[in-house]
Amino acid sequence: MSEKILMKGNEAVAEAAIRAGCRLYFAYPITPQSELIEYMAKTLPKVNGTFLQAESEVAAINMVYGAAGTGKRVMTSSSSPGISLKMEGISYIAGANLPAVIINVQRGGPGLGDIQPAQGDYFQATKGGGHGDYRLIVIAPSSVQEFADSASLAFDLADKYLNPVMILSDGLLGQMMEPVEFKPRVSDEEIEKHSEMHYDWCMRPNEDGPNHHHHEINSLEIDPEVLETHVNKLAEKYKKIEENEIRYEAYNINENNEMVCCAFGTAARIVKSAIDTLNSEGHNIGLIRPITVWPFPTQAIADSIHDKVKNVMTFELNLGQMVEDVKLAVNGKVPVGFYGKVGGVVFTPEEIIEKIKENLGGK
Amino acid sequence: MKVIASRPKALTDAQFTYCPGCLHGVAHRLIAEAIDELGIQNNTMGVAPVGCSVFAYKFFDIDMAEAAHGRAPAVATGMKRARPDMNVFTYQGDGDLAAIGTAEIIHAANRGENISVFFVNNAIYGMTGGQMAPTSLPDMKTTTSPYGRKTSDVGYPIQVCELLSSLIAPYYIERVSLLSPTDIIKAKKAVLKAMKFNTEKRGFTFVEFVSTCPTNWGINPVDSLKWAKDNMIPFFKPGVYRDKSVEEAK
Repeated sequence: MSEKILMKGNEAVAEAAIRAGCRLYFAYPITPQSELIEYMAKTLPKVNGTFLQAESEVAAINMVYGAAGTGKRVMTSSSSPGISLKMEGISYIAGANLPAVIINVQRGGPGLGDIQPAQGDYFQATKGGGHGDYRLIVIAPSSVQEFADSASLAFDLADKYLNPVMILSDGLLGQMMEPVEFKPRVSDEEIEKHSEMHYDWCMRPNEDGPNHHHHEINSLEIDPEVLETHVNKLAEKYKKIEENEIRYEAYNINENNEMVCCAFGTAARIVKSAIDTLNSEGHNIGLIRPITVWPFPTQAIADSIHDKVKNVMTFELNLGQMVEDVKLAVNGKVPVGFYGKVGGVVFTPEEIIEKIKENLGGK
Repeated sequence: MKVIASRPKALTDAQFTYCPGCLHGVAHRLIAEAIDELGIQNNTMGVAPVGCSVFAYKFFDIDMAEAAHGRAPAVATGMKRARPDMNVFTYQGDGDLAAIGTAEIIHAANRGENISVFFVNNAIYGMTGGQMAPTSLPDMKTTTSPYGRKTSDVGYPIQVCELLSSLIAPYYIERVSLLSPTDIIKAKKAVLKAMKFNTEKRGFTFVEFVSTCPTNWGINPVDSLKWAKDNMIPFFKPGVYRDKSVEEAK
């Protein structure tokens, strides 16, 4: 058994990324993710890794693009306004089929907003954000442990699908300390294998003769038919991801549920403690917590609407973003309500209890 | 039969997409020849920009990345940091490098990033159809400065070699031109030097080519050479702006 260490989410995910074989990290300082960049600055040089503080978020994501083009595990992190700046580069990474990991420690927006936890970037993360038809795999952890575990999952999925993966966290998970248990650090041989699996397409040393290669890292196809084929191939990949990579937690989902709640990340923690209280008073309320917010657990939500469920309540730290996907999943079977807080204000379990009680019985 | 001239090994057989009279082909050839002569084709990677040379990744027979507009030095930084065993260069135009990508080039130079940057300056945006560039000359007419570049309104052309040579880190900075055979021979020497220093991991190297754009200048290719000589060269003076190898030899 490995020991549990009390750590901030930002530091835990940084340590977990290094353990997962990340040796290249490019980023720009921003609150509330500063502990992450500082941990990388301190730790990567000790494992012969590369830490580079870029001149901007824009430069950082393009450094990620260049490094990902060599087939090596590479990561950047930021918080909401910085993620907006990275969106151009993320679209290029997606268009060029490159593996990379991007962490968003969300804060309140829009604009400069504030530095408190929020979930206002759900649309940006799951519906695009950058230009063109593309998808990010988006993992939304709900505890420091899950935040840390999402690092190796993100790298594995990025390598498997040659697709950018975003970890959608927030200022609360980033700043909060919880006990974490880490996976062992992958060996240098495994790190070499991570990059060798990409040798058929990545930029790497070349040779003369029949094994000479000419690899292009590129999202440009000037001929419409060729671009159409390229984008359709992306679509096939996204379909495979939707078939294989949906992750969610079904918490107290059963045939006697009166209500099903939906929430992700930090919001889900609070909802969970609220329904624990209500269920101990004799109610029967379940929770679907999407862990991947893209691909979204549409079927799991649809299947959770058993006969006695009168309505669904969605709770988010925004004006109501994931609720649109929840409504699509529920597809009119029962009413879908929403309660949210914005501006970096986080709801309390008592508020959630009150909202659930107001809405019980399909009200 | 004896071969007396051929395509450099480091160029593919893809046909260039450049206009008649354009000098990108010359600049490409110089870089490819340097790669051949240094014997580094198998451990060199390049970055193509957004601009007329957007398809450069098809023309060089090496692994290449196509960068977003202006971001080539950042992309090259990521490549070089991930693959320090390989040589990395960027190929950029004036809009890409001196307007939208100003931050990236200054900071790559300031870090002394171990890359070579080849900068083609023809004082105009070529691919998008002749708009004003950060290097367009005072009073120069373009499609977005139809009454001439008013320096009181949009300032003066940016002299990139002068700008970068104010930084401490860059190892080698030279401005050459492609306007005559003599100039091209000089340019070749500069390209060779820049890439050789790169293989020796000496730091950031930069070569600016003063070039032409007959199509968007609306001047025929031969007269374009003269126009550039008369109008660009006085403003963009060829010369070595930094060469630490000379200082180190002292």
